[in-house]
Amino acid sequence: MVTKPLTKNIDMSRPPLDINAYEANDGYQSIKAIAAGLSPGDVLQVVKDSGLKGRGGAGFPTGLKWSFVPQGDNAPKQKYFVVNADEMEPGTFKDRLLMEGDPHLLLEGMILGSYTIQASVAYIFLRGEYKASENTLRQAISEAYDKGYLGKNILNTGFDLDIILHTSAGRYICGEETALLNALEGKRANPRAKPPFPQVSGLWGKPTIVNNVETVCNLPGILTYGVDWYHGLTEGIDHGTKLFGISGRVKTPGCWELPLGVTIREVIEKYGGGMREGYGLRAFLPGGGSTDFMLPEHLDLPFDYDEIAKVGSRLATGTMILLDDKTCPVGMIGNLMKFFAHESCGFCTPCRDGLPWVDEIFNEFESGRGSEKDLQILHEHVDYLGPGRTFCALAPGATAPLGSGLRIFAEDFHRHIKEKRCPYKH
Amino acid sequence: MSENLIATTAIKARQLSEEEIKEIEHELELYPDKQAVGLEALKIVQKHQGWVSDESLLAISKYLDLPVADLESVATFFNLVYRQPVGKNVILFCNSVSCWIMGCDEMRTHINDKLGVDFGGTTEDGRFTFLPVPCLGDCDRAPVMMVGDDLHRNLTPEKINQIISDYQGKA
Repeated sequence: MVTKPLTKNIDMSRPPLDINAYEANDGYQSIKAIAAGLSPGDVLQVVKDSGLKGRGGAGFPTGLKWSFVPQGDNAPKQKYFVVNADEMEPGTFKDRLLMEGDPHLLLEGMILGSYTIQASVAYIFLRGEYKASENTLRQAISEAYDKGYLGKNILNTGFDLDIILHTSAGRYICGEETALLNALEGKRANPRAKPPFPQVSGLWGKPTIVNNVETVCNLPGILTYGVDWYHGLTEGIDHGTKLFGISGRVKTPGCWELPLGVTIREVIEKYGGGMREGYGLRAFLPGGGSTDFMLPEHLDLPFDYDEIAKVGSRLATGTMILLDDKTCPVGMIGNLMKFFAHESCGFCTPCRDGLPWVDEIFNEFESGRGSEKDLQILHEHVDYLGPGRTFCALAPGATAPLGSGLRIFAEDFHRHIKEKRCPYKH
Repeated sequence: MSENLIATTAIKARQLSEEEIKEIEHELELYPDKQAVGLEALKIVQKHQGWVSDESLLAISKYLDLPVADLESVATFFNLVYRQPVGKNVILFCNSVSCWIMGCDEMRTHINDKLGVDFGGTTEDGRFTFLPVPCLGDCDRAPVMMVGDDLHRNLTPEKINQIISDYQGKA
């Protein structure tokens, strides 16, 4: 039985499988199933039944998202399927693995998604810095055209699909789906107001689905091996496997495909090899830079969406960033704030003006000039930049490590004030 | 109508090369309108010219019939579109959280000492421009940086010396 549907073909010591080798390992079976009569409604039902949740960060059920796209004779003729491959969340390196390790898996998933919503054009919105991914994807796309999985009348189904690789030029906000659509249209990538949601009015005003790379890579397995198999991959409430990663001072940092619901301890100790000699685990961000800090006391929690939410954080991208006991937590949060301040699109005031202010205060702490008043201002910004105050989720994302960090590391902030220096610097 | 002259400075659009036009035309086939090709055209011109000068910006504006202001708002938005001349090799140095935890500040100082330039600077010989870049997505091998299109991982001062001398050796 296949237990690692996302990474079964991946071996980074060699180039990715070409289309023939990919086909030989159950590849493009789901497209052949479409050719044999599977309807868009059938695929949608299977994806709904699978319980697949979006792997980009929000964890929204994929089948439900797709079901909002208008279908039938009165639906707009042109629809779009877009893959969000703008991986730029600090500490996140999972989509790169999928695109460089097995690009055909992504293409197969895109054909499935496009067929389901009846989109004849699909874009991959790829981060400009991901040069190796660009090369593997271009090669795979060209192979898929040659074999008739892309283009006109795919496998005599009457379904047409073109996949276009769009390479961006580096801005975090493009990962926000409405900003991504503006960027694809060639506009400055500010987020759009919702509603209307992209499923109804997205790219060039047409119904559009935007899914994360890892989400799309889940689809071929679900269609090829079935919902029961998919549910059998996990024991907990969430279904399927997930790429989990660790960066920071563990012995063997990396990225592994594991069943959702695996304990955090297992990921860190078994796969990450535990902390390096001389370092203890102080805290960690479970799913990238815009998640709340969690503590060693949470290590035995299962890594699934609801369990992480119960302790006030988010599974999000599933790539953990570990803070060790020799690294300054104030410095770490300051680094994140600098990132968010830099990557704010500048469209709405709390984010544009608030984040640089926060960043500036962290610089003061770093240089030993932080005060109680500054600390108070930081606390206020957790509210000013929080959910509902801003146009999109960038600033609320920044308040996740900020708010939880101010609470958990209060003592460290006070020491910076009292000792007029960073106590971690020798 | 697009402008092809900045009145205050009298800067005029340059002529796009045949190669640039060919590549822009190819992109135009992939999108339903010209605006969507704006960023692609900026990147194409940058690939050939090294950066996007006012003359190039005006040329694209003229060719795609896009307002200069709209194109400029896109050009200045993206980290990887250079509106100033850059060196032959651009060093994109990741200074986001995982690389920071793994000691990228020391590596930055090392590069600064070695090249004599810090973030935003270009070496006197025009060989390197040193820029920070948000998380490069290779965090399990931090600290990392790109030089041109190549990614360099698990950086140490020794490794950086080697990389820099490799590039200095290139013609």
